[in-house]
Amino acid sequence: MIACPPRFKFPWMLLGTLILPWVIEGLLGRGWVRILDFALLSVLLAIGLNIVVGYAGLLDLGFIAFFGVGAYAYALLASPQFGVHWPLWAILPTGILVAASFGVALGWPTLGLRGDYLAIVTMGFGEIIRVFLNNLTAPINITNGPQGITMIDALHLGTWSFARPHRLWGIPLPALVGTYYLFLLFVLLALFLSRRLEYSRIGRAWMAIREDEIAAASMGLDTRRLKLLAYALGAAFGGVSGGLFAGFQGFVSPESFTLQESVMILCMVVLGGMGNLRGVVAGALLLAFLPEVLRPLGGWQQHWFHRVLIDPSTLRLLLFGVTLVVLMRWRPEGLLPSRARAREWHTS
Amino acid sequence: MAEPLLEVSHLAVHYGGIEALCDFSLQLEEGEKVALIGANGAGKSSTLKALAGVVPFAQGSLRYDGMDWTHQPAWKRARAGLILVPEGRGVFPRLSIAENLQMGQMGRSDPAAMEKVYVRFPRLYERRTQAAGTLSGGEQQLLALGRALLTRPRLLMLDEPSMGLAPQRVDEVFGVIAEMVQAGTTLLLVEQNARRALELCDRALILESGRVVFSDRAAVCLASPALRAAYLGE
Repeated sequence: MIACPPRFKFPWMLLGTLILPWVIEGLLGRGWVRILDFALLSVLLAIGLNIVVGYAGLLDLGFIAFFGVGAYAYALLASPQFGVHWPLWAILPTGILVAASFGVALGWPTLGLRGDYLAIVTMGFGEIIRVFLNNLTAPINITNGPQGITMIDALHLGTWSFARPHRLWGIPLPALVGTYYLFLLFVLLALFLSRRLEYSRIGRAWMAIREDEIAAASMGLDTRRLKLLAYALGAAFGGVSGGLFAGFQGFVSPESFTLQESVMILCMVVLGGMGNLRGVVAGALLLAFLPEVLRPLGGWQQHWFHRVLIDPSTLRLLLFGVTLVVLMRWRPEGLLPSRARAREWHTS
Repeated sequence: MAEPLLEVSHLAVHYGGIEALCDFSLQLEEGEKVALIGANGAGKSSTLKALAGVVPFAQGSLRYDGMDWTHQPAWKRARAGLILVPEGRGVFPRLSIAENLQMGQMGRSDPAAMEKVYVRFPRLYERRTQAAGTLSGGEQQLLALGRALLTRPRLLMLDEPSMGLAPQRVDEVFGVIAEMVQAGTTLLLVEQNARRALELCDRALILESGRVVFSDRAAVCLASPALRAAYLGE
């Protein structure tokens, strides 16, 4: 009785995602397409963290470090910093390898830890990476410190640059929409891989470790290697996302990789429904858009009360927090929970 | 004479500075049934966990099936048939019963063996898609035993299989264990219910504060007035 992966309503979903950027550009303007592009990178990150937290049950509060590693890998291999300009197809595999090795480097010393202790150590790991990025300037200037690395090559494949608008069969393709399709491709690939993993023996073994590590080991599961694999694979997804981020933004600095970002990705996974890919995607999109949706709060206050009562940025965070609390109160298992999580919350 | 299936010499288990088990030696012949009896904290569970590789040896060595296993990790021991059913059963509560049973078949797929387990435990078959956490304690223990059966154990180590079960359930669980050992599986049983354990096993070791204080045939233990007073509540 192996549970089969549920069928995807593939054509409709795909069609919807393909026209989405055009709809958004038409209705809301180009700025929102950029937000959508960044949201896809968040989705990619959340899919990666979901492997670590959702499947294997390893609480990771330093996940943004892998995003940072991937971003700096791209930045160093395609910028004037060292004068090297590798193509995308060479950088991304390198970024994956580097990020995955960092994943193993985090996993190795923490194999014996669980829960709160693991969370603290991973948090420390995330900070260590950030501090390194800030300080790797002497004797050789590698990261350029807090100023970060600028003038990073734009994402491009051959002569096709994703930073410039194109014309396809007479239809104008804005740069941001082209980028959206590139990111979408990576997200779809990540979803496919993650799904295959979830329903494989490895996925099931991760879930067994999450439930009861001692029992899993006494069933003959190599818990050490399986946990390292979860860290490495999760980190690899983070590394890809980071590389795309660096190429898209053209600039990286350590302040993009703070603890708050790690917490945000964890929120995406938990809020959406740990262990369930649909939920994770929904959570990532929701949390990526929510702060942007709440941005015009200052203007609304001005309109309703004729003065700004609460600083918009503070109010934005407050509403954001309230949303999280409300969601967790009424749907503690997440928006779209996995079967197992739903069972946990609804079996008395 | 052939080498015993399992040979533990001078095993010690420490938790930090605490000595949970000290100088534990045991030889098990293939097909033998041995009970570990003792009060809470006597070191019974620590013994099983150390043999399964879940906690490290502080001292001592382990030979199993003619090879040195002292430094082998838990999963390799499990794949070699050294199977522990941990205290509290160790089922995966949020995985379905079918998924739990599949965990006993890691790295291979044997539908015939699965079929056998389902025939032996029809209730597990009826509920195979339910979460294991929804089963009663007795059924969870049966699930843990069924899963252990699928791992093809040569030495089965059971830690308190009757813990927290109603008397009827205890009968059922011990019935299953008896079937397993009749099929030739070697048994190392930790059990609070000393009478049941002694009735099932050939030999018993009595542990007190991490040391073996007495060891003899089960019948002798059952007849000893001192042991009856201490462990059988007479």
